[in-house]
Amino acid sequence: MSTGQPGTDPAREMNRGPAESSGGRHARQGQRQRQGRRRGSGRGEQFMVPRAEFRSYYGRPVIKEPVWKEPDVPAYLFFGGLAGASSVLAAAAQLTGRRGLACAAKAAALGGISVSTVALINDLGRPARFHHMLRVFKLSSPMSVGSWILSAYGPAAGAAALSDFTGFLPGAGAAATAGAALLGPAVTTYTAVLLCDTAVPAWHEAHREMPYVFAGSAASAAGGFALLAAPAREAEPARRLAIVGAAVELTAKKLLERRLESRAEPYQTGRAGALLRAGEILTFCGLAGAGLSRRSRAGSAASGLALLAASALTRFGIFEAGRISARHPEYTVVPQRERKQAREAEAATLAERPGQGGFVADLRAGGYRARDSSHRLRSPGRGDHRERAPGCGGVGLAVRRAPRRPRHDRDRRADLDSGRDRRALYP
Amino acid sequence: MSITERPGLTGGADPAERAGWSEHPRRMGFFTDTSVCIGCKACEVACKEWNAVPAGALELTGMSFDNTIGLSASTWRHVAFIEQQAPGPEGPGHGVDGAMRWLMSSDVCKHCSEAGCLDVCPTGALMRTEFGTVVVQDDVCNGCGYCVPACPFGVIGRREDDGGAHKCTLCYDRLGVGMEPACAKACPTDSIQFGPLDELRERAQARVADLQQAGHPEAQLYLEGTDNGIGGAGAFFLLLDQPEVYGLPPDPVVPTRSLPRMWKHAGLAAAGVGAMVVAAFLGSRTDVR
Repeated sequence: MSTGQPGTDPAREMNRGPAESSGGRHARQGQRQRQGRRRGSGRGEQFMVPRAEFRSYYGRPVIKEPVWKEPDVPAYLFFGGLAGASSVLAAAAQLTGRRGLACAAKAAALGGISVSTVALINDLGRPARFHHMLRVFKLSSPMSVGSWILSAYGPAAGAAALSDFTGFLPGAGAAATAGAALLGPAVTTYTAVLLCDTAVPAWHEAHREMPYVFAGSAASAAGGFALLAAPAREAEPARRLAIVGAAVELTAKKLLERRLESRAEPYQTGRAGALLRAGEILTFCGLAGAGLSRRSRAGSAASGLALLAASALTRFGIFEAGRISARHPEYTVVPQRERKQAREAEAATLAERPGQGGFVADLRAGGYRARDSSHRLRSPGRGDHRERAPGCGGVGLAVRRAPRRPRHDRDRRADLDSGRDRRALYP
Repeated sequence: MSITERPGLTGGADPAERAGWSEHPRRMGFFTDTSVCIGCKACEVACKEWNAVPAGALELTGMSFDNTIGLSASTWRHVAFIEQQAPGPEGPGHGVDGAMRWLMSSDVCKHCSEAGCLDVCPTGALMRTEFGTVVVQDDVCNGCGYCVPACPFGVIGRREDDGGAHKCTLCYDRLGVGMEPACAKACPTDSIQFGPLDELRERAQARVADLQQAGHPEAQLYLEGTDNGIGGAGAFFLLLDQPEVYGLPPDPVVPTRSLPRMWKHAGLAAAGVGAMVVAAFLGSRTDVR
């Protein structure tokens, strides 16, 4: 397979196709752009990605930046998470007889979901039509699923809180508490799918870890709020929830950055990077504070406040990272180009094997041929393909695809198999 | 020829049938042959005229002759202008090595077989027509904006003034009475060709083969097949350089392809929230009086 060395990799050769000039110009623009963005302050002079080469149309974005507004949408994410996890905490507190903790958590759930819903409606282009969300139910639309979850969860959380505050209808209140606790976890994590089910590179590529980041962030926020508001003698479970949630959030975020490697750049640079780092620092402080302040009411409250702020900063940071990755074409173009080249290189080696060197020769010569018709350029047998991609069912799928797996995963595996570092693809 | 596409959530071999149209006309679409585009922008104008799309801001961008910038809620056809060096000495018809050439291309909504905008629309405002195209129903759209980042091509946008999402309808009204879309009608060089998709695909294959034989090895079809990340497009292109040079994604994949996995992770994470709370309560009975 290819070595990743410039000049020997057919994929790289291909990139120097025709019309180098325009591409070169835009690529250089891209380089300048990158050189402007460094990895934060005080972390040395290392660039996250050493001068990725890419071409674009006058540096214009390929995809549209989300039109969702700040602070509406990140606030909706944060308050929704706080509410959802608080409902679970409330039910558990009620079950174990911690009335004060249950009351505080129910208040957080009602307040959180109210703010969250208002923010969501306010973000609509036509807020008066918010009820159109309930015209249909579509599993393919996380926002549709979320709207239905919210419309069941919201009233439940509200009824649970009101019954608790007023003492009316304790039976119905208990049922509402249980209902809210069952739906609460879904409220905390569906929003991750909402963001990731978009073409926004930073969000979509993070879809594996994002629900865990959101779950951890929500749990630490709920724990943090309870530390702040619940009676000290009942706050121990909230403290533990805050600590566990914070740890989960930090771990999931680390895993996300490690898996995405250079593609995690939007999360590490600029305003998004600053927000997320501030969130991390506050999470650490809150985590440590919650662990050490068992005897101190003020210390617990401060830790809770830090965790709440950290959770909010995380949501704002993730939101901003997505917008940045949509705004700059390289985040869309470079991974797609790499994916395509890896697939083509794979197809080329396949073609080489049965002695059909023509396609590879074409690639090496720099002729950039019609990709979508490349299956006509080499035609390995069907069995060959089934062997290569088990689990695809072998229903006449094109050879150069290993279906039913997201392609970047497959490419990643291909890279690992060939011992080639992803970074080697960059010059 | 076997069907090589995977059934998506709403796409598939015959998107109209999948969407519930039991009897429907053939799938219609565009083949935009950019090799004969002269950049007259008649398509942009005809589209705005016919569909009563509001005018955009008048500004000079410095991007060659392109002052429209890109597709948006109020731009449903966009002509890109690229000035670059011709491919080289082996390209006859380009004259001297290093001569400049001008690429022009009229971009439009791709009317994907697996349409991200349609998949994620929570109100049902986006729908699949009997022609296999994707259309926004303005009286249903509540302007949630989800379709905007869900499109891998950055086609659909939300208008500031009316708050709704808008994009190319492939002139749904004209199709209904057997007319071709306004842009194709107005195109003076037949760069924009309209017709049944299968016929257009054959025509495009022949055209790209001709061009390659005539010394344009860089000529390539973009989204013409069904084995791409969107399950096939209702509007595809013949390009003379890499797609990203025209502002098109080189390997677009509809985000909803990974949605089942996302739901799985979200479910696991939700269960994790429950587990975290249970863990937090286990063994902390001592503090209750």
